[in-house]
Amino acid sequence: MSAANDQHGITDATRAELREIAARYPQARSGLLPMLHLVQSVEGRVTPEGIQACADILGLTEAEVSGVATFYTMYKRRPVGDYLVGVCTNTLCAVMGGDAIFDRLKEHLEVGNDETTADGSITLEHVECNAACDYAPVVMVNWEFVDNQTPQSAVELVDDLRNGVERHSTRGPRLCTWREAERVLAGFPDGLADEGPSAGPASLVGLSIAHENDWKAPSGD
Amino acid sequence: MTETQGTLTPVLTANWADDRSWTLSSYAARGGYDALDKALGMSPDEVITMVKDSGLRGRGGAGFPTGMKWSFIPQDNPNPKYLVVNADESEPGTCKDIPLMMASPHTLVEGVIISSYAIRANRAFIYVRGEVLHVVRRLQAAVAEAYAAGHLGTDIHGSGYDLDLVIHAGAGAYICGEETALLDSLEGRRGQPRLRPPFPAVAGLYASPTVINNAESIASVPSIVANGAEWFAGMGTEKSNGFGIFSLSGHVNRPGQYEAPLGITLRQLLELAGGVRVAPTGQARELKFWTPGGSSTPLFTAEHLDVPLDFESVGAAGSMLGTRALQIFDETVCVVRAVLRWTEFYKHESCGKCTPCREGTWWLVQVLTRLEKGQGSPEDLDLLLDQCDNILGRSFCALGDGATSPITSSIKYFRDEYLAHLEQGGCPFDPARSTLFEEAMA
Repeated sequence: MSAANDQHGITDATRAELREIAARYPQARSGLLPMLHLVQSVEGRVTPEGIQACADILGLTEAEVSGVATFYTMYKRRPVGDYLVGVCTNTLCAVMGGDAIFDRLKEHLEVGNDETTADGSITLEHVECNAACDYAPVVMVNWEFVDNQTPQSAVELVDDLRNGVERHSTRGPRLCTWREAERVLAGFPDGLADEGPSAGPASLVGLSIAHENDWKAPSGD
Repeated sequence: MTETQGTLTPVLTANWADDRSWTLSSYAARGGYDALDKALGMSPDEVITMVKDSGLRGRGGAGFPTGMKWSFIPQDNPNPKYLVVNADESEPGTCKDIPLMMASPHTLVEGVIISSYAIRANRAFIYVRGEVLHVVRRLQAAVAEAYAAGHLGTDIHGSGYDLDLVIHAGAGAYICGEETALLDSLEGRRGQPRLRPPFPAVAGLYASPTVINNAESIASVPSIVANGAEWFAGMGTEKSNGFGIFSLSGHVNRPGQYEAPLGITLRQLLELAGGVRVAPTGQARELKFWTPGGSSTPLFTAEHLDVPLDFESVGAAGSMLGTRALQIFDETVCVVRAVLRWTEFYKHESCGKCTPCREGTWWLVQVLTRLEKGQGSPEDLDLLLDQCDNILGRSFCALGDGATSPITSSIKYFRDEYLAHLEQGGCPFDPARSTLFEEAMA
C-alpha cells in the first residue's frame, strides 16, 4: 500500500532525466537542487545512490552533494509517506490555531514531529511560514495549500488521505502523492496547472472592495 | 491622469478574479504582452530610464530603486548578463508574491522579458520557493505558453532579441531570500550569503553581472511601460512612488490582499478589512501589536495606526516598510509567546555562516524560553538586549539583524508583560482565546 517503502532505484532513465535537468543551465551544477527533488521522487528520500548519481553527473564528490542536500529542509534522509502533512506553526498560524492543530494531529496519528505513521501513509511535520498568512491556520499537504483549518478539519483531512478518499487542495487540484509532487518541483510538469481557482477568497478581498466602490488606479497614457 | 484615484488601486491584482486568469488567452484579452511590444520598440536604455523615472523601489523589503539597480550593470563587461527573480517568498507574514504568481504568472513573465531586455540579458531565472507546488505548476505552464506564442525564445516579436527563462524551485531555506544566498543556491550550493562588494550587478550569478529583483518589483514593470513613468510616480508619496500589495493577516475580520498606493495607513486598511475581529461573545477586541513588513520589522502598536505606510514614514516611526506584511495581533495574544516563536524560526533558518547569528539566535531562544515559562529573572531582559546588541550590525547578513527586531521592539512596548510571566511563574494568557475556533475549543 505504501509508496514510501517501495523503492525503485536509480535507473538509466532516471540518470537521463538528471542529465536533462543539468542541461537547462549555463553551468550544470545549478541543476543540483531540482536533481535532488527528482531523486526524492524516485527514491522516496535522498538516498546514497541518489547522491552518487548526482555527484557522477556533475563531477562533484559525494560529500559536496551531501553538504548541499543536508542544508535544505525539503530534502529528507528518512523515507517520507505518501502524504507529507505540514502544519504551519510560525507565529501567526500558531496563534490562530496551528499549535492546536499540530498537537491534535500528533495525538491522532500517534507520531511526533518528522515521523511517519506505521502504515507509511502520512509523514507529519511542522513547517515555517508558507506565505498564506491570510488563510491562517494553514496546513500543507505535499506542498499544496489546505487553507483555514481547524483541529477537526485537519483530522478529517488526514483520515481521508489514509482511507484513499479523494481530497483537493483549497486552491489547487486533487492532492497527489509526495513523490509525484517532487517530480514537478524537479521541473517535469504533471499537466495539472489548469486545476483549481485563480485565487482563493482572501486573495480577492481588496479587489472586490475596489469594485464595490468603483475604485481604480488612474488611467495611463 | 486627472481623475481621482481610489483608496485601493488594483493594478497587479486587477485580473485575479478573471476566468482562468493564469492562462495566456485570459492575460492577452486584457492587453497582456502589449507592453512588451512597446518596450521592444524602445532602446534598452530608454526602458531603464523609464523605470528609473517611475521611482519604482524594490518590493522585496529593502526598497532600493529598481531602475538604479539596473543601471549598475556594467555593459562593457564581456560576461553574459543575467536576470534573477527572487520569488522565494518566506518572510513570516509575507503572502503577496505567491497569490500573484498563482493568479497571474504572465504578469511576472512579461515583466521578466522587459526587464531582461533592458539589462541586455539573454538568460533569466525565476527562483521560486519549493514549498508552493501549484504556483510552480502555474509558472511552468505560463513559461511554456510564452515560448509557444513567441514571447520567449529567439527573435522575440521579430525584434532580434533572444531570451530563455527557467523556473527554478528552491528546497526550503528562508536564507535564500537573501539575494546573494539565493545566487549561491541557484549555483547548486548551500544557500549562504556572500561578502559584498562585489555586488551582484558586477559579479553575481557565475560571477557575471546580475540583476536580482523581487517578484512584485518585476511584475510592476509591464504596467509602468504600458502607462508611463509619470502615471506610476503620480501614485504614492513623494519618495515612495506607486502602488503595492498590502497583506493583512491575523485578527482582522477580512484578512487578504489589498493593493493600494504607498502611504495608506493601517487605520484605513483596517476599516476596509472590517476592523479587528470580534470575540465569539460579541465583545469587541483591541489591536495589541502588528508588524508593518514581516517579522523582521520592529513591532508597532495601536499608537502607530496613522503612520503612512511608505518607506520614509515607517522608518521614521522606528520600523521598516519591508514587504507590507501586516500581521495583526489582538489583545488575546501573548507577545512573549509570539516573539519566542519568531526567534525559534530565526534560529532554525540561520545558515550558520557567521558566529553572531548562528550562536546568537540559539542563545536568544534559551533566554526567551525560560522567560516565557516564568523561570528567568528581570535581568534576563537586559541580557536579551545585550545579546541583540551583539547580533545587530555584527552579522554577515540581514537575517541576524531581523532576528533582533521582534525582541527589542517587544521589550520596548511590552516590558511589563515579560515581567508578568516572572511574577506569575508562567504565561498569563490562555492560548485558546487567540485561535480562530476558540468557541469550539472552549
